[in-house]
Amino acid sequence: MGYDCVVLVKQVPDTKRITGKVMNDDGTVNRAALPAIFNPEDLNALEVALQIKDRFGGTVTAISMGLPSAADVLREALYRGADKAILITDPRAAASDTLATSYILSCAVRKLSYDMVLCGRQAIDGDTAQVGPQVAQKLGITQITYVEAVEQLDGRSITVRRNIGNGWQLVRTRLPVLMTVIDTANQPRIPAAKRLMRFKKARARCEIERQLREQRPDLEEDKLKDMIGQVTSDLQARGLLIEQWDIDIIGADPTRCGRSGSPTKVHRIQSVVLAAKESKNVEPTDAGISQMISELINDRIIA
Amino acid sequence: MNNINPKADVWVFAEQHNGQLEDVPLELLGKARGLADQLKVELAAVLLGDQVTGLAKRLISYGADKVLVAEHPLLAHYQTNSYCKVICQMIRRYQPQIVLYGATPIGRDLAPRIASELRAGLTADCTDLQIGDHKPANEERVYKDLLFQIRPAFGGNIIATIINYQWWPQMATVREGVMRMAEPNPKRKGRVIKVDVDLTPEDLPLEILQEHQQPRKVNLKAARIIVAGGAGVGSRENFKLIWDLANCLGGAPAGSRAAVDLGFIDHQYQVGQTGTTVRPALYIAIGISGAIQHRAGMEQSQKIVAINKDPDAPIFSIAHYKIVADLNDVVPRMIKALKEKATR
Repeated sequence: MGYDCVVLVKQVPDTKRITGKVMNDDGTVNRAALPAIFNPEDLNALEVALQIKDRFGGTVTAISMGLPSAADVLREALYRGADKAILITDPRAAASDTLATSYILSCAVRKLSYDMVLCGRQAIDGDTAQVGPQVAQKLGITQITYVEAVEQLDGRSITVRRNIGNGWQLVRTRLPVLMTVIDTANQPRIPAAKRLMRFKKARARCEIERQLREQRPDLEEDKLKDMIGQVTSDLQARGLLIEQWDIDIIGADPTRCGRSGSPTKVHRIQSVVLAAKESKNVEPTDAGISQMISELINDRIIA
Repeated sequence: MNNINPKADVWVFAEQHNGQLEDVPLELLGKARGLADQLKVELAAVLLGDQVTGLAKRLISYGADKVLVAEHPLLAHYQTNSYCKVICQMIRRYQPQIVLYGATPIGRDLAPRIASELRAGLTADCTDLQIGDHKPANEERVYKDLLFQIRPAFGGNIIATIINYQWWPQMATVREGVMRMAEPNPKRKGRVIKVDVDLTPEDLPLEILQEHQQPRKVNLKAARIIVAGGAGVGSRENFKLIWDLANCLGGAPAGSRAAVDLGFIDHQYQVGQTGTTVRPALYIAIGISGAIQHRAGMEQSQKIVAINKDPDAPIFSIAHYKIVADLNDVVPRMIKALKEKATR
């Protein structure tokens, strides 16, 4: 038998390396201005799915919603062992908050057969940890958050250890289930060299189109379309096509996607400025330190 | 989705475990009391559990005008679906304008499921809440008295103010330890309103086989004085300096993320965005450079002393007392000075 796992992965700006101005005027993020990486905890989620496949058989499908560049993280998922990759990209999905994002992802997951949906607990750009539970609600399935280990899979029964902050919990439930995975769950495997060689040629349709337009700017639209179709079916035949879905394909209601489907709006964005405070330089001598301690005592800060 | 009603209540989810209230709802009640007063509406605590009505008094003493109590044996232990179902029923029935949750493991599991079910907005991990007006760029209209949901984003590099002006309720989770707990007033009067609960075993899809909770050994939030060490301390052995100084001051030892990652001190002592947020009377930062994530977790301390060899360390930008020197020299001098004062 085996289990079908769907893993939701996100391409995120590497927030540890934010410099200069990367925000658009409307307060959203100019993702193009930052190095983009595979969201770290989504790698842990992918690893959980791959271990289930290694042990029980089945399939692992990686889905990412984002800009065409999100195909990069899908290729990385293929290098590591995913069987199939699906890119959801659509201008109408831009500026989605977590509610709209979870709606779009749930529409996509519903088109697939699945026993488990997995994702990282949270993405490092927003740190909201909302999309997992929201996708579970929309699919009408049980959620298990903060998963550290899948302890047992037996038919339709799954036993999982989850981290509950100051301890852990062992829970059992029936499939299907959505799990959000935390960084202490495992050490994600590195891409296999063989798979890397094979799947580095994997492309989504939007990438094929951009490449052809760059290489052959002389081509007429009709010709171009034919060529895109040719390359696409060629890659598909070789198992190298990253499927590309828009919100029509997944049957999503456009009013529930993007800005119109997002209840939360940005009122204001401020860069963090260091609060200037009254401050004193203390000489690193006995006299200087004694003086400081006297002041702290006088201010009733220390007894 | 709720109707927009400026007279509607402000709610706080009163998280409890085994009949014990968490700190965060009490912190939230302090903040929400101010919001409700500003909006001239009532503040309600939402309490779910089995035989928990006894906790209502405490919630009232911390600022609630009323406590909505949902009691049922099936609510004894938290589960996402059962709690989500009951709270959604309550929100649909009473139509509050604001619902606040602690950003605890439970709050962060529960609130998004509720938001999805209600198709409402939710802002995660707020560090401040205010009431304010918003004028959308493409509209003439000004939306008045909205909840400004203020949170760090992008790894703490920006502060975002989030609103939802068309879709209510306005919901947010709030980080633990950032709101000041009000002084309880045991004489405060409030009402207890029992809410009907309609649950079946199907609403509890999880079987909890085992649970292990360590009692929180470390309570940094309650410490009046915190002595924190960073990577600059150099080793777990040398961290003894931090423990000694903390001991001398009657304070709590703590560490930056770097110190925890390097194994100098355990995670439960970590201050900062991924650890505990603290606001003690005195925070002594020793060998901590002061990355934004760390400052976000301690910058509201009343007095900050920073000791660092590097005069350009960002921690100095928020310090009241700056000591540019080797911590191995300064900390023993501090201990000596404190002992001298104590014996005098």
